[in-house]
Amino acid sequence: MDYARPTELEEALGLLCSRRWTILAGGTDFYPALGAGPLKSDVLDINGLSALEGIHETATHIVIGARTSWSAVIDAPLPPGFDMLKLAAREVGSVQIQNAGTVAGNLCNASPAADGVPPLLALDAEVELRSAEGVRYLPLAAFILGNRKTARAPNELLTAIRVPRASARGNSGFVKLGARRYLVISIAMAAARVVIDGGRIAEAAVSVGSCSAVAQRLSGLEAQLKGARVADIRSAVASCDLSELSPIDDVRGTAAYRLEAAREITARALERALGVAAERGAMA
Amino acid sequence: MSAERLSVSFEVNGEPVVAEVSPLQRLSSVLRDGLGLTGTKVGCDAGDCGACSVEVDGAVVCACLVPAAGLSGSRVRTVEGLSNGSLSALQESFLRHGAAQCGICTPGVLVSAAALLEKNPAPSETEVQDALGGVLCRCTGYRKIIDAVMNANRSVASDAAMVEQGRAVGASPIRLDGERKVSGAEVFGADERPADALSVAVVRSPHWHADFEIGDTEAFIAAHPGIVAVFTAADIPGENRFGVIPPFADQPALAGGRARFRGEAVALIAGERAAIEALDMDAFPVSWKALPHALTPDEARRPDFPDLHEGRTGNQLTQGFVESGDPEAALAGAFVSVSGEIETSYVEHAYIEPEAGFAAMEGDTLVIKACTQAPYMDRDDTARVLGLPPERVRIVPLAAGGGFGSKLDISLQPLVGLVTLKTGRPAAMVYTRGDSMRSTTKRHPAAMRASIGADAAGRVTGMVFEGDFNTGAYASWGPTVANRVPVHASGPYRTPNYRATGRAIHTNGPVSGAFRGFGVPQATIMQETLYDRLAEKLGRDRLAFRIDNALVDGDRTTCGQALSGVGIRDCLEALKPHWARAQAEADSANAGDGRLRRGIGVASCWYGCGNTALPNPSKIRVGVTASGAVMLHQGAVDIGQGSNTVVTQICADASGLPLSAFQLVGGDTGVTPDAGKTSASRQTYVTGKAAEKAGRALREKILRFANVSDAAVIGLEDGALVIREGAVRRRVELAEIEAGSDGYAFCAEETYDPPTTALDGKGQGVPYAVYGYGAQLVELEVDTTLGTVRLLRIVAAHDVGRAINPLLVEGQIEGGIAQGIGLALMEEYVPGRTENLHDYLIPTIGDVPPIETILVEVPDPEGPFGAKGLGEHVLIPTAPAILNAIRHAVGVEVTKVPATPSRILAAIRAREAGQ
Repeated sequence: MDYARPTELEEALGLLCSRRWTILAGGTDFYPALGAGPLKSDVLDINGLSALEGIHETATHIVIGARTSWSAVIDAPLPPGFDMLKLAAREVGSVQIQNAGTVAGNLCNASPAADGVPPLLALDAEVELRSAEGVRYLPLAAFILGNRKTARAPNELLTAIRVPRASARGNSGFVKLGARRYLVISIAMAAARVVIDGGRIAEAAVSVGSCSAVAQRLSGLEAQLKGARVADIRSAVASCDLSELSPIDDVRGTAAYRLEAAREITARALERALGVAAERGAMA
Repeated sequence: MSAERLSVSFEVNGEPVVAEVSPLQRLSSVLRDGLGLTGTKVGCDAGDCGACSVEVDGAVVCACLVPAAGLSGSRVRTVEGLSNGSLSALQESFLRHGAAQCGICTPGVLVSAAALLEKNPAPSETEVQDALGGVLCRCTGYRKIIDAVMNANRSVASDAAMVEQGRAVGASPIRLDGERKVSGAEVFGADERPADALSVAVVRSPHWHADFEIGDTEAFIAAHPGIVAVFTAADIPGENRFGVIPPFADQPALAGGRARFRGEAVALIAGERAAIEALDMDAFPVSWKALPHALTPDEARRPDFPDLHEGRTGNQLTQGFVESGDPEAALAGAFVSVSGEIETSYVEHAYIEPEAGFAAMEGDTLVIKACTQAPYMDRDDTARVLGLPPERVRIVPLAAGGGFGSKLDISLQPLVGLVTLKTGRPAAMVYTRGDSMRSTTKRHPAAMRASIGADAAGRVTGMVFEGDFNTGAYASWGPTVANRVPVHASGPYRTPNYRATGRAIHTNGPVSGAFRGFGVPQATIMQETLYDRLAEKLGRDRLAFRIDNALVDGDRTTCGQALSGVGIRDCLEALKPHWARAQAEADSANAGDGRLRRGIGVASCWYGCGNTALPNPSKIRVGVTASGAVMLHQGAVDIGQGSNTVVTQICADASGLPLSAFQLVGGDTGVTPDAGKTSASRQTYVTGKAAEKAGRALREKILRFANVSDAAVIGLEDGALVIREGAVRRRVELAEIEAGSDGYAFCAEETYDPPTTALDGKGQGVPYAVYGYGAQLVELEVDTTLGTVRLLRIVAAHDVGRAINPLLVEGQIEGGIAQGIGLALMEEYVPGRTENLHDYLIPTIGDVPPIETILVEVPDPEGPFGAKGLGEHVLIPTAPAILNAIRHAVGVEVTKVPATPSRILAAIRAREAGQ
């Protein structure tokens, strides 16, 4: 088994051409997957790549470097459209996990319950994939292909997450539903971003996680919400068909429960985005 | 890791260090194995428990998730860095508040809290919870941790450590083993390892039920440099079966040819540490032939399913039975009656310390140092398996990082023992979290049904109870559960006509054993939820109904035992003002028709202390040395509950010697007599009583020597006893007294065995000499759109007879409640699916509401200073009180626990559909 900890991106990309590597960033998924057993793959540690640090803005995008931790997201000055991502960040595992784990790693791990995916879907995020051959950008929805499956080629490194400035408009909210207060994998979660214009919803981006192999945008509901009044949110959510979701039964809850809960927390995420005073809820 | 080792320079607790590491070695391993800083604990190796929390460059992280390669130039702070010559204010606060019990999570909690306090010296409760949400604690229930952190920077006027001579009982001195728990100095199972020890890996069955053949182990050893030996059932020199109840002992240390549950040990691989760490277990030569399996009692009792053990027909291990009066006639003639069924799940102990320890030869004695709750039982079981006389096995308990019943059974003891016997080298083993969860015991899943009837005046007239308990593949404590449940299933209420049957049924599930309450928590859910329905049918207030039926002095139990010192009525009455307030608050909160509905619930417990109708002795030795130290050979293993402190307090006051003169000698079977196992809430009562007798005997010897009466006061000054009685003052120079064979100038040893009798065919007799009682009130809120529950407050009234140490009593109550919350709302161990601490959920610091404790002290005529046990009692009422409060809030009965959001919402929807 080999281990490499390059300090230059080119070096890392060069190594990726040579053979298949497991990529190590924050370690919060790497070590649990490793367990007590011996290492069975070559490891490329990207923690020496300073180029992947931090959050910065370009003329068109807000760019989250691949080594950015959840805590760094929480601490960063970002527009209110990112509030849902910050709320999700606070719900990732624990402070210990937030300090080490990275947002990009959360995407690459591609768990159906990845906390970062619903908010980033609702921010129209795309991922930057670099290889020795160049760079490509993929919409997040096209990057995560299924449970633990992504479109990253073996010679590619996810170097950044990019959110179009235009998609960061409006206000946002996030609700995670779990069976205990901290350190919990969600039963279901919802993220919502809403732009209001003249008392009506000009733009809505809504997504739900843990209710399908990959978190989904609710495009039907989004269309229904466009032009609706704030007071109509509940009725719109109640009548939408949620056909994008395909929840399963597991130890955390039944499929029927997930579907019903998804509807409720979607409404709550929208209300939170709009600052609608919702009745305080238990664990959600 | 096979990648090349490298040298990293960084700072630990302000000191520069250079460590040779492999690049992906976890920081937790660098600290513990490389630098010897074992204060940082490892509970899961997956970031799920937070026990290994350390600060790296000012950020709290799980050391198990930090690769060594990145440490160069970083600053690391561990628990060892919190004290600077003396304990920090935070550590002092932890001692003062009783915030550390077993101490295994304490380093992680302290490091996380210290980081918070540096940024925020006066945090709110929520801020403390947010900062500590990532550290699991299984003992304390978190409330004392919250108090300790919030009050860390407040000055304290009095020193709680000072206890007046003769007034130790009833005081709350800082626990005698407290300092090493908050400093990181405590030595747990994984914290000691001889340098030349072999590591041992266990090959475990991946199948529920399978025959297997082990292949060419010689070739395997030859192909793996550093692997020294492989051992199988054929290598076991003694009788290859163990079990906590000798007549039922049936579990092989290593299965021979057939595995009966997933996770069962089938072979051992011993080797040099690096070789074992690098070993791919898939390379081990074993072939499996899966057999049909049964995971539930119903499956196991099907006529076509074979018996897992010869002679246990229909896979029934045993049955317990209690009958009195004519229950059928009572139910038929009842004014009202109710019937119901409840199912419970496997519950995992989830102590934060996985099993760990090592074996080594000392002359021709095999010494095993490991975490345990029962050193003498470990000794005898291990000796039997290894074919040694018990005297040639010595068990030295290392600190137990939580036990709750599962560390009563042996786990790694015969395995490391076998390797050491065969190789002559020390052998060490630390279970992974997965191994711990897969291979050790669980709480029995129960399927129960019961009917209870009452007369028009609201008096319970009869009850019938039947429970099937899934006892898994081997006996363990299944017989105890089957026998204890029928004795307790009535609850602490007069039940003149009664029949209760408890059956332990074998399956291919995990072995069910002892877990805080031995089946009584499950049975109490059945009984107490039916009591709510009975009260409702009668139109009676639920609390008043319980008060009317509560046992009082002179009443007979369903076993025909006449009771005295019964405090259940006092407990229930103590809840009355809280009940009225909570009811009013719930009514007012529910006045609107919002989606949040308040509910309140109450439930009781009673619990007999010690073995059920079986001998259960404890022996205590106490001696005064030539230098004036009082050595207490205290074999009641302190697994966090506080027996080290409580037993000493009792002995101090019984002897009249100052508590500060006492030094503890632990439960090492080589030097300390058998104080029995830490289980069945017996240590305060049974070992406490032995300590009381030993203390009195020691006093008697000293007084006789000094020729004074019992009115004399004994003091210790500079290696002398100073005895005063009125004007008489005698000074006894201890060094001048010839020491006895025990090495002491004065020594006493006393045994106590509870006066119980065997039960007859109808379960009649005196199963326990002492019972403890309690009742809890739960206030909660149900979100009717999500099925989620938010606990608002719990008031717990417990009759402990005499609170030997009120702070430790509170700690037990809060910790028991936290486990009751888990049982009620989230804990469901699914074999093969939830073998980690992120799929198996236990309460976090955000899941335990404020708890108000009311100590009720109705002295027991038998207990030391009137004390009763309480360790298990405190868990029992919580789950039924929660279920009763949910029913009160939203009108639904959840008949399978845990009552997850999914199950609660389904019950709400079913009820709506039925209306």
